Amino acid sequence: MSGHSSFQSNNAIVKWIEYRLPIFSFVNEALVVYPTPKNLNYWWNMGSLAGVMLVVQIITGVVLGMHYTPHADLAFDSTEHIMRDVNYGWLLRYMHANGGSMFFAVVYIHIFRGMYYGSYKAPRELLWWLGIIIFILMMATAFMGYVLPWGQMSFWGATVITNLFSAVPILGETIVAWLWGGYSVDQPTLNRFFSLHYLLPFVIFAVVFLHLWALHVHKSNNPLGIDIKGPQDTIPFHPYYTVKDLYGMGVFAIIFAWLLFFAPNLLGEPDNYIPADPLVTPTHIVPEWYFLPFYAILRAIPDKLFGVIAMFASLFILFVLPWLDTSKVRSARFRPVYKMLFWAFFVDCLVLGYIGGQPAEGIFIVIGRLGTALYFLFFLSLPFIGWFERPRKLPASISTAVLESHGGGGTPDGAAAKAEDRG
Amino acid sequence: MTDSTGGDGHDPSRRDFLYVAAGGLGAVGAAGFVWPLVVQMNPSRDVLALSSIEVDLSGIELGQSITVSWRGKPVFIRHRTEAEIEVARAVPMDDLPDPESDEARAQKPEWLIMVGVCTHLGCVPLGQQGEYNGWFCPCHGSHYDTSGRIRKGPAPLNLAVPKYVYLDDNNVKIG
Repeated sequence: MSGHSSFQSNNAIVKWIEYRLPIFSFVNEALVVYPTPKNLNYWWNMGSLAGVMLVVQIITGVVLGMHYTPHADLAFDSTEHIMRDVNYGWLLRYMHANGGSMFFAVVYIHIFRGMYYGSYKAPRELLWWLGIIIFILMMATAFMGYVLPWGQMSFWGATVITNLFSAVPILGETIVAWLWGGYSVDQPTLNRFFSLHYLLPFVIFAVVFLHLWALHVHKSNNPLGIDIKGPQDTIPFHPYYTVKDLYGMGVFAIIFAWLLFFAPNLLGEPDNYIPADPLVTPTHIVPEWYFLPFYAILRAIPDKLFGVIAMFASLFILFVLPWLDTSKVRSARFRPVYKMLFWAFFVDCLVLGYIGGQPAEGIFIVIGRLGTALYFLFFLSLPFIGWFERPRKLPASISTAVLESHGGGGTPDGAAAKAEDRG
Repeated sequence: MTDSTGGDGHDPSRRDFLYVAAGGLGAVGAAGFVWPLVVQMNPSRDVLALSSIEVDLSGIELGQSITVSWRGKPVFIRHRTEAEIEVARAVPMDDLPDPESDEARAQKPEWLIMVGVCTHLGCVPLGQQGEYNGWFCPCHGSHYDTSGRIRKGPAPLNLAVPKYVYLDDNNVKIG
């Protein structure tokens, strides 16, 4: 964002605009010559995929909003109207509903990637924070969006989640009535959720901009977790990572298309095709899959207030992760103990996700409690791990590590060689 | 603020006063603007107006329950059997997480009237189920007894008893 750009153009119109609004040099610096570590693997594709999914969700969502009616008497029917009558309505709605799942999937991988390679550590703490804020905003947006079709799961999901706030001492009931705009989830609730569901993606967009701004200050972390020491460690974003991101996007699109066209209701709940009934709760309430681990933690605690506290704590503990982890080494590649714990944590999250989808009875309760304990133990053990763990020796630089691993610059590293020429 | 002479030789504390006064007034103005934006979310007047319903109890047989809608929520009205009443009244207060006598919960012992919303997270419990043969919430496993009192599970409170009055032998006004 400085004025010293490598951008040059002989086009008179480009020069005219550039003089008044230096947008071409801005894009050039951010997406073309932007120096990127040369050793990024495919786990680094998730950021751009998440960005693409945000845009897909906004576009399909705006279009769906043209046909949807946010009224308790009409919402369910207008959703079916989209599915049956609106031209390509089925495609747009399935794309939006499954797009939400795909968005969460890439964001979860993105977060685990950041945890594995220590991307949250100094000097990227604020970058990490902005990411968590995006994640929380996504959860709020997804939750309110799920309410809009006004099926049984919509209604009862909304009831259960808004009732979480009734656990707040003294003010609880007041807060819940304020959220509802009434004595139960009803028309005022649906109407405001529609309004906010439309708003929040644009807030997310703004925070994504801040996220990228913070990213571009200290640049991407990398699988080695060591700093960029000079031009020999980087390659320009374009064409090397634009093409890598595009390739990943193609693979991603195949998976998305399979879900969209062959199993569009795989991740949905059949109960949500029953119109909302305030007098009958479905026998088995489950949230969308991306909320299940948190739901499992909520249910693991046999006390209302502490269950809610534990659930929010499981999310907010991510904010203090950069300070809980006392190790100076970023990447788990060089941290044998952390690496094991990370995978245990990963498996624990999957187990909690499974438990969240099961009824709260018998052995599931026991596993849910153990899983919840392990979840928090992982975070609380980090300060001690950093203290006693003996990390493996770090390579001297990204460049030397890359050249060594390819036997001194074989064909796959033509890109690296080229970057060195530049340096 | 760094210019301690005040530039024109005046007392700098007067300028500080102006800063604080202007900032303070601005904050009050901003709060005044935010207040309506916050309060508009509260239940509107038409919602508040829907406060009471009348129910005819004459058609409900012994051992039968009905569910009526009040303020968008289900209200359970159960015509309790002698056995249920006896069990409910025999429970020692020490066994109850939220101690409340059955006498205090039912104006007429045979009629139990309460809001059918689980005090955990707001699901509708199922009748004549659970370990206490009262109500059972399938969402997170809360068990209520034949008086609608919480006995086991994550819910902290008994099922709420709304305000109600008997208009005559067969009619009750809820709310």
